[in-house]
Amino acid sequence: MPLLSVRNLTVTFATSTGPFKAVDGIDLSVEAGQVLAIVGESGSGKSVGMLAVMGLLPPTATVTADEMRFEDIDMLTLTGKRRREIIGRDITMIFQEPNASLNPCFTVGYQLEETLRQHLKLGRRERRARAVELLRSVGIPEPAERLKSYPHQMSGGQCQRVMIAMAIACQPKLLIADEPTTALDVTIQKQILDLLMKLQTEHRMGLIMITHDMGVVAETADRVIVQYKGRKVEEANVLSLFTAPREPYTRALLAALPENATGDRLPTVSDLVAAQTAGAAR
Amino acid sequence: MSAVGTPVLEARDIRRDYTVSGGLFGRNRVVHAVKGVSFSVEKGRTLAIVGESGCGKSTLARILTLIDPQTSGEFLIEGHPVDIAVTRPTPELRRKVQIVFQNPYGSLNPRQKIGSVLTEPLLLNTDKSAAERRDLAMEMLVKVGLQPEHFGRYPHMFSGGQRQRIAIARALMLSPSILVLDEPVSALDLSVQAQILNLLADLQDEFGLTYVFISHDLSVVRFIADDVMVMYFGEAVEHAPKDQIFADPQHEYTRMLFSATPRADPVSIRRRIEARA
Repeated sequence: MPLLSVRNLTVTFATSTGPFKAVDGIDLSVEAGQVLAIVGESGSGKSVGMLAVMGLLPPTATVTADEMRFEDIDMLTLTGKRRREIIGRDITMIFQEPNASLNPCFTVGYQLEETLRQHLKLGRRERRARAVELLRSVGIPEPAERLKSYPHQMSGGQCQRVMIAMAIACQPKLLIADEPTTALDVTIQKQILDLLMKLQTEHRMGLIMITHDMGVVAETADRVIVQYKGRKVEEANVLSLFTAPREPYTRALLAALPENATGDRLPTVSDLVAAQTAGAAR
Repeated sequence: MSAVGTPVLEARDIRRDYTVSGGLFGRNRVVHAVKGVSFSVEKGRTLAIVGESGCGKSTLARILTLIDPQTSGEFLIEGHPVDIAVTRPTPELRRKVQIVFQNPYGSLNPRQKIGSVLTEPLLLNTDKSAAERRDLAMEMLVKVGLQPEHFGRYPHMFSGGQRQRIAIARALMLSPSILVLDEPVSALDLSVQAQILNLLADLQDEFGLTYVFISHDLSVVRFIADDVMVMYFGEAVEHAPKDQIFADPQHEYTRMLFSATPRADPVSIRRRIEARA
């Protein structure tokens, strides 16, 4: 049985100019121990779809699906109370801006222990010990000291490590990472991706990696979903996506990678769409 | 016009220190943001400056664009020494160097129409009439791949890629000879990034522009640069032609940067999958 299975997910936003469909009939499933990458440009609905699964969308959004199931729990009919028990414990999420995701008014130790207090029955000492252990496991030096730090006293990479520590605090079955390294330098990005993959393997977590970076996909994913304008364009395992992409849009995305440039011009997606419509007209 | 082979931009042992206040009782500290960097760029070529945040690359950009003075060192534009701490730069000098910033959402005033964004540099630095300014702005809009009817619109009506085109158009209004591009594509989607990189290459050919391209993305640098300078904690640890630096990186930090860059080729994917299984 898949860890998460979603069928025909649609998210519509009520806007002043009428309804806007951000996600349009997406199917996806993740198994335990599997890394699924969802790749697409901004506006492709890749984040919105996952926020819908988490139940984090604003009231202006209407979420419909034929099925949205986490293990044997139906996520569509879940009460708020039950959802809050699952979210943050069994399904967790980390976001793009590590500095913005942490509360600047509280120490990282307080915020980390808050997660533990909410979901696990631990005493105060045990919580403290677990928090230290978590910070150590995400590679923060002098973890006991760092618990007293405020987010602004830490670098972006360290804040993202704290976010990861919070996300794995209750040993979740599914971790959703929304562009976890976009705001970070390449060397830090490498460290964070390595850390995520190490934790994913150790705990046999399901991991959904939302990204626009084909390099990140290549370095992490088992399976890949390519999304464009709210629809799924292609789904494939990572190797066949890079060696034999089936859809023109995927091919265009790969061709637009600067390292794949052959001449002194980069092919763009609009070039390809134009070539296609010309071909179709003929 | 500079003769062929003479550098348009030359820096000799540029240093920049900042004093950081130590608070009420602490002692002031000096941060050496740029610790003696030398380079030169010839007309029509692109120098890429690579490094991670805090390495001093943006400080260097601020010195090159005459926003901040250097603490010491010599800095020449088209052979003329420049030190804005000593003499105020003339309008002629100012129009020679222009800059495009990373964030196209933050670098345009939301209450200023695009037409006014583009004509303002002309209004301040030239004595062209309103009609002339308007015509030049319309022309520039077409050159960067936008339409003349965008003249009267506001920044929020444009996408990120279009805004970056506007920022490039604004930088080119005074026909500069040097364009400093501070991470111009890192906030953009892959396909839009490709369009902007193509546009920059076209504009460089058309106007004979010299680029200083600041980036942390090595695949972009590999596409656009002629020479690459790698900075690490305020020092230039490696400076070489592009092909040489990519084929045979000398410095340990450069090698680390290369190995940290995600690779999207099937060989490394296959190797990773095998290691995982």
